[in-house]
Amino acid sequence: MYRIVSKKPLNSTVTQMEIEAPLVAKKAKPGQFIILRVDEEGERIPLTIAGSDAEKGTVKIIFQIVGGTTEILNHKKEGEYLQDFAGPLGVATHTDGIKKVCIVGGGVGCAIAMPVAQEFHRLGAEVTSIIGFRSKDILILEDEFKECSDRLFVMTDDGSYARKGNVTVPLKEMLEAGEKFDMIITIGPLIMMKFVVLTAKPYDVPVTVSMNPIMIDGTGMCGCCRLTLHQDGKAVTKFACVDGPDFNGYEVDFDEAMSRNRMYMDFEAHAREEACNLFKKGEN
Amino acid sequence: MAINPKKHEMPTQEASVRAHNFNEVALGYTEEIAVAEAQRCLNCKNQPCVAGCPVNIHIPEFIAQIKTGNFEEAYQIISKSSSLPAVCGRVCPQESQCESKCTLGIKFEPVGIGRLERYVADLHNSRTDIKAEAPESNGHKVAIVGSGPSGLTCAGDLAKKGYKVTIYEALHTAGGVLVYGIPEFRLPKSIVAKEVDTLKELGVDVETNVIIGKTLTIDELFDMGYEAIFVGSGAGLPNFMNIPGESLKGVYSANEFLTRSNLMKAYRTNPVTPIMKGGKVAVVGGGNVAMDAARTALRLGAEKVYIVYRRSLEELPARKEEVEHAMEEGIEFLLLHNPLQILGYNNPDDPRDPKNGFVTGMQCIRMELGEPDQSGRRRPVPIEGSEFEIDVDTVVMAIGTSPNPLIKNTTAGLEVNRRGGIIVNEDGLTTRKGVYAGGDAVTGAATVISAMGAGKLAAKSIDEYLNG
Repeated sequence: MYRIVSKKPLNSTVTQMEIEAPLVAKKAKPGQFIILRVDEEGERIPLTIAGSDAEKGTVKIIFQIVGGTTEILNHKKEGEYLQDFAGPLGVATHTDGIKKVCIVGGGVGCAIAMPVAQEFHRLGAEVTSIIGFRSKDILILEDEFKECSDRLFVMTDDGSYARKGNVTVPLKEMLEAGEKFDMIITIGPLIMMKFVVLTAKPYDVPVTVSMNPIMIDGTGMCGCCRLTLHQDGKAVTKFACVDGPDFNGYEVDFDEAMSRNRMYMDFEAHAREEACNLFKKGEN
Repeated sequence: MAINPKKHEMPTQEASVRAHNFNEVALGYTEEIAVAEAQRCLNCKNQPCVAGCPVNIHIPEFIAQIKTGNFEEAYQIISKSSSLPAVCGRVCPQESQCESKCTLGIKFEPVGIGRLERYVADLHNSRTDIKAEAPESNGHKVAIVGSGPSGLTCAGDLAKKGYKVTIYEALHTAGGVLVYGIPEFRLPKSIVAKEVDTLKELGVDVETNVIIGKTLTIDELFDMGYEAIFVGSGAGLPNFMNIPGESLKGVYSANEFLTRSNLMKAYRTNPVTPIMKGGKVAVVGGGNVAMDAARTALRLGAEKVYIVYRRSLEELPARKEEVEHAMEEGIEFLLLHNPLQILGYNNPDDPRDPKNGFVTGMQCIRMELGEPDQSGRRRPVPIEGSEFEIDVDTVVMAIGTSPNPLIKNTTAGLEVNRRGGIIVNEDGLTTRKGVYAGGDAVTGAATVISAMGAGKLAAKSIDEYLNG
């Protein structure tokens, strides 16, 4: 069992938790993920590591309430326990040789982008961050990004805070103005990452994308997280859990990945509703 | 007394009933049937059955005890050689192992050794008054990677010799393929849990949620004081055919389909882990895993289930009993058929149509058998112009796996073969001192009992290495 050391809401649908998991904390690196089960009968869900403290033996996770499991997870309190917490899984984000990086995060993806930005900052790289949200009320982690970025652009789709527009706007402006990045790393909704790749393409900048497919075991056994990469004109199957979650953005088949991620959408919506009803009943 | 030429039949659930539930298909012998079946054993001098068993259970001895009603003694004889009797009695391919060597089998049907093994193991497990006892410690520590059949066997054998054994399991439940792969109707999960509990009584520690190669490495295990390590990390990533359409929604690997149903209990009403239920399902492949997937699909409520296999019935690698059960349950075998592509829905007018990207069918081609290939089996050759489509909405690929790369990638000096399988010598020793391996991690997808045989061999080698 894994104790919830702290819990705080970042906005109305995004929560941050620190979990006591010393073995995971000792090894965790930015870009890696964990698999958790809330309770004995729970499903396995992957969550990217949002930070870790090897001394305290804790791992930070930030999750958005999207389905039944995240709804149930969000009802767990500080001091309570999670049934299972395994990791760190996946390959850590590559940092070697990158002196000037642009981190592009969208929505809850910013939670995963943050430790990556912090790591580059720690390594002495020049960090430019662009973080985008639908609107002001779901903005998260602005201060944290300020601390680890040499430059920070905050965007909202509806213009309710900072600059109006999506994350590709400042990215394009910078690239247009001749800014040279060793690497662009983007983490967020698939559609956003797809457009970051399209924006960067004419300028020939390498783009790393962090994929978030549906997973079950997360250890290289079930193959659910497979995605297609186009390498030298050939379609190659890769597994996000052991080969990723980071991939070369120019090679990823985003349309297929988006389609696959929608496979259980109806089920998830229903599961969340069921979970909500269950908690409502409990409150009455 | 004349010998009954036929094995006593295994009582089973009616095919029409069991096709709709996940309860065990075979119900097990009664005491009366078990004793009568045991009487068929000739207790012949040269005991060929023992040599046919990968873990060399003293078969005639345990059967002799059944004849006289000494069932617990029979169990004790089996457990000297096998750590998982209730599992083996259910999933071993006895027809190609012990029973294929049975002297009685020359003239008649062989003795039902597997069914007898299952009987005594179940009887033992139903008794709550008997507990295994941890033997006196010999002071040595051994780590086991993976809690599947090879790891459990290796752990059991070493624990009985007084080793302090810790099993590290990546998933949240111990049992490996016995819990995520083999379905409830063939191997109830309570039986696996019971076998794991027996090991715990012997003093074995089981640490779940530890992924060796990630959470801890092989080198760190040595640093922690383990003197030898057995790697039984099992089969790895599923193979796909590399035909168009394999990324469509509704295409599963058998590992995923079975893991969702077995480990994550998606077969239940209102599951927390989703799975596609109902509709028409094609399972590609002809092994035991393919049979398990097909029969699982049927029980999940499929209206039609096909097995699509490119060779003929004769080459079908699954156990005969499983194939017969599948056929009785109404699964249709498309033999000498090979998939060419999987077809999906695509509404050109509406890219947001929720049906887009889901499987609608599979194009197959008919095959005929040509000259024998390297495996000695006749090579299937496509019959030109025989392409046709079957109407399905779920496709399960059950065509094998490739070894998991996590341990290889993080262990210097651990060599693997061209296919990624860990290289071991005849003692089960890898290219790293003190590191032994066995099971699917070495051989690629094989059987539960061959993995157990490898675990047993490694336990013997580890004992010689540390105590020899």
